[in-house]
Amino acid sequence: MSEPLVEVRNLKQYFPVKVGFGRTIPLKAVDDVSFTVNEGETLGLVGESGCGKTTAGRSLLRLYKPTAGEVLFRGEPVTDRNITHMRKQMQMVFQDPYSSLDPRMTVEDIIGEPLDVHHLCANRRERRERILELMSYVGLNAEHARRYAHEFSGGQRQRIGIARALAVDPKFIVCDEPVSALDVSIQAQVINMFEELQEKLGVAYLFIAHDLLVVHHISNRIAVMYLGKIVEIADSDELNAHPIHPYTESLLSAVPIPDPDVTRARQRIILEGDVPSPLHRPSGCPFRTRCRYATEQCAAECPSLTDRGGGHEVACWVK
Amino acid sequence: MTAMSERLLSVQDLHTSFFTDAGEVQAVNGVSFDLDPGEILGIVGESGSGKSVTAYSIMQILADTGRITGGRVLFKGQDLSRWSEKQMLNFRGKSCSIIFQDPMTSLNPVFTIGAQLREAVVLHTERRGREADERVKELLELVGINEPEKRMKQYPFEHSGGMRQRVMIAMALACEPDILIADEPTTALDVTIQAQILELIQSLQKKMGMAVILVTHDLGVIADMCDNIIVMYGGRICERGNAREIFYNPKHEYTKGLLRSIPMVSNMKKKLVPISGTPINMLNLPQGCAFCPRCDAAMKICLTQKPEELVINQDHRAACWMNVKNAYEEATGA
Amino acid sequence: MNLNDIPEKNPLSMQLDLSKFSGEQFSLATEEEKQQQDVMSESTTFFKDGMRKLFKNPLAVMSIILLAVILATIIFAPLVVPYRYEEILSVEGKRDKGAKNLAPFTYSELEQRYIEKGGERFPHIFGTDEQCRDYFIRVVYGTRISLFIGFFASIIVLIIGMLYGSISGYMGGRVDLIMMRIVDIIYSLPDMLMIILLSVVLQEVLQFKSGTLLAKLGTNMVSLFIVFGLLYWVGMARLIRGQILSIKENEYILAARSIGAKPGRIIRKHILPNCLSVIIISTALQIPSAIFTESFLSFVGIGVKAPMPSLGSLANSAREGLQSYPYKLVFPAIVICLIVLSLNLLGDGLRDAFDPKLKR
Repeated sequence: MSEPLVEVRNLKQYFPVKVGFGRTIPLKAVDDVSFTVNEGETLGLVGESGCGKTTAGRSLLRLYKPTAGEVLFRGEPVTDRNITHMRKQMQMVFQDPYSSLDPRMTVEDIIGEPLDVHHLCANRRERRERILELMSYVGLNAEHARRYAHEFSGGQRQRIGIARALAVDPKFIVCDEPVSALDVSIQAQVINMFEELQEKLGVAYLFIAHDLLVVHHISNRIAVMYLGKIVEIADSDELNAHPIHPYTESLLSAVPIPDPDVTRARQRIILEGDVPSPLHRPSGCPFRTRCRYATEQCAAECPSLTDRGGGHEVACWVK
Repeated sequence: MTAMSERLLSVQDLHTSFFTDAGEVQAVNGVSFDLDPGEILGIVGESGSGKSVTAYSIMQILADTGRITGGRVLFKGQDLSRWSEKQMLNFRGKSCSIIFQDPMTSLNPVFTIGAQLREAVVLHTERRGREADERVKELLELVGINEPEKRMKQYPFEHSGGMRQRVMIAMALACEPDILIADEPTTALDVTIQAQILELIQSLQKKMGMAVILVTHDLGVIADMCDNIIVMYGGRICERGNAREIFYNPKHEYTKGLLRSIPMVSNMKKKLVPISGTPINMLNLPQGCAFCPRCDAAMKICLTQKPEELVINQDHRAACWMNVKNAYEEATGA
Repeated sequence: MNLNDIPEKNPLSMQLDLSKFSGEQFSLATEEEKQQQDVMSESTTFFKDGMRKLFKNPLAVMSIILLAVILATIIFAPLVVPYRYEEILSVEGKRDKGAKNLAPFTYSELEQRYIEKGGERFPHIFGTDEQCRDYFIRVVYGTRISLFIGFFASIIVLIIGMLYGSISGYMGGRVDLIMMRIVDIIYSLPDMLMIILLSVVLQEVLQFKSGTLLAKLGTNMVSLFIVFGLLYWVGMARLIRGQILSIKENEYILAARSIGAKPGRIIRKHILPNCLSVIIISTALQIPSAIFTESFLSFVGIGVKAPMPSLGSLANSAREGLQSYPYKLVFPAIVICLIVLSLNLLGDGLRDAFDPKLKR
């Protein structure tokens, strides 16, 4: 595994926000983020609202034009010029199964659209066959092809979205909270499907979610984001067993665990206060306002990720 | 065992339906449970299970198309479902309050926080004017909001989700109700804020001694907070019991399925076993057990007959034919 | 083995009479048996669903029927009624001067004599006008013209407005800003004044080949169309732009971009079809407005060129003899009212039927 499949270097995504008359300040949604995703692996990206994980995923796919930084696919930079070609390699599955499918299109058309845009099928028959193949990958019956999206349940709609993403045979899929909007009993179906597809097709995922248990289950490695910065990256088991960054510690301790003995025995680290607004970020380390260990250095300078051994990277002065 | 009439809340064979364009949706089909003072009861289920509708039926805040079609809701011995709107107005907010899921939309954006809290206080207590304001400040402090004087004058949009939820809790507790119903109180909040709010609810409950009905789909929250748990599916109760019984000794196929389909703490990488099929269509309820179409262990009897709730042990009851089958096989030595 | 002998082991046996059950009941149910319980509802498209709702709305249905009746009348009436709209009535070749301003269903003296002699004369259902022309057929043609003008003008508004609004809405940013300011400026221009001025100018400038439809309509109508094309599309443009702005927020648009679809395709395949219901409704409501405008213009004397009737010009001519012959105003006025009312009600009904937010 010499070269990572996807490499993100110093990605910045700032949005200008109007304050007052004619003045704008940048909303630093993603502030200097770097990570890699290897072939066939799953990198989980977690964080709470406002941390920038969704924006990071979209910037990576150039759905927003990045303010700075670069994204490399198999070593080749992704630019406006090759983006159409890159879209065949990198795809996205969206969170809301209700708004990510066009209500006026049949299932067949939704899944077939990528084939049409990239002219992947020579004729109608080939197109139909490919669509049916994709539908079978995600467990949909052929008879569902003529129906409209609104006739299906959330879980089924999500499968349609996944089939659509798979149509171009991508090597990398950004999954933006793909199971958050689903019932618990359906989540497992879709999670298993993601895993099976990875085994069968060798797709790599950037799995963005806020449900830490699910992310731990499906990911090989996990990156934790806070206010636009990555604060920790590690193997998922390692992260859960030995979290180093104070934010990761409190995040993990705050997750309710569906096991009465375990969860009640836990010492919860309750963070004071709310997440600061991304518009008014604290100087230095963004977490320092809620951190128990904050020092003067934390206010002065923002720490960068350093390797603590075995690929476990942490951005913290104190720990 | 307290006598029936002294039960704080006793829901008996509740049936609630919605009469829509598409037909009658039987959201709640025969739900019965009791609530003791100071008890934290969790009602867990997915969308369509009827858990929220049950809570709304107690408070009688169903949408226009909904109605209680059967059963009784006894509050300290009196049947709420027969009460007039005037009596209900006295009950809501005073004896029983509710906090909702989405803190963004449950506060009125054009009134200050102070004004909304003051309304709750004035409506149900004798306090007026300065006394009411004092009480508002007390409440804000109670829910952990610093600088109450400043916050009182602010509008909801100036506050984060967590803060607004605290304000909702303050409003609900303004009159020290006997029962607090929390309908998915933390679903819309971030994990760390969720922890704060749950901590808050727990400490307030200890301090004020009210009973709490926590309605949620999050098994983690249920495991953490609740003494007793009711699992609902398709408008009926599948299983009820204390937390340890439900999680470690589930006796309903739905509960078992749910627990198998979530990542296990002890073995995070173990493959999840999903529940097959799609969520129930409430317009078309099956004749037998509501869970039957999705149940891997479904039997012929499940197709046609709804299972009755049977006692498993002192803290545990379940309505599943599987238990009857096991007893039968034991009895006949099969 | 007595079933009642096992109390401690399993408390269930105390609660149930296990002897009532048989082993067969506990055998596994098959997939088919389970699936019978689970039926997927009938497939309806958005369109079918909306039409169903529309037909449940009594006012909308009434409007549809009314419009259908009017359409049928104006299509078939000229086949039945032997008079032509510009024809001055004559009996046996002689100009019937006495057929001026006849009341409905009456005949002139000449005609009566002709009938007594044994001739056939189709009744004048609406009577005749001051130029001895059958009024009914004139009203029918007037309706045709008014509807044609209304429809055609609405199409112009639709096409221009849709193009402009979709580009503005999709592009957003500065392009949108500039385009909308242009719209604001156009909004402030006085439409009636411009129509009048333009028609005066065109009268001098344009000469149509006689006999063509345009010649028959006259330069006034041409100027009406031109002004509609220049000015009236702004309402539609704003509407479409608003729709697009809200549709753009949907994730399926983002999904289409992530697939690699270009803006043109996104507008064509995703945005416009989702605007369709709004477009239809708005056009349905635009037609009455155009008819009103034309009627007004005709009423003030700068409408279609005589002898071509339009409902407005008929109403105008009726002013002179209003006291003596009120029916001449009443008939065209009623027809205008009916058309406008039914189109409005239909538009409302369409909006209610296709508005997804009203779903329960």
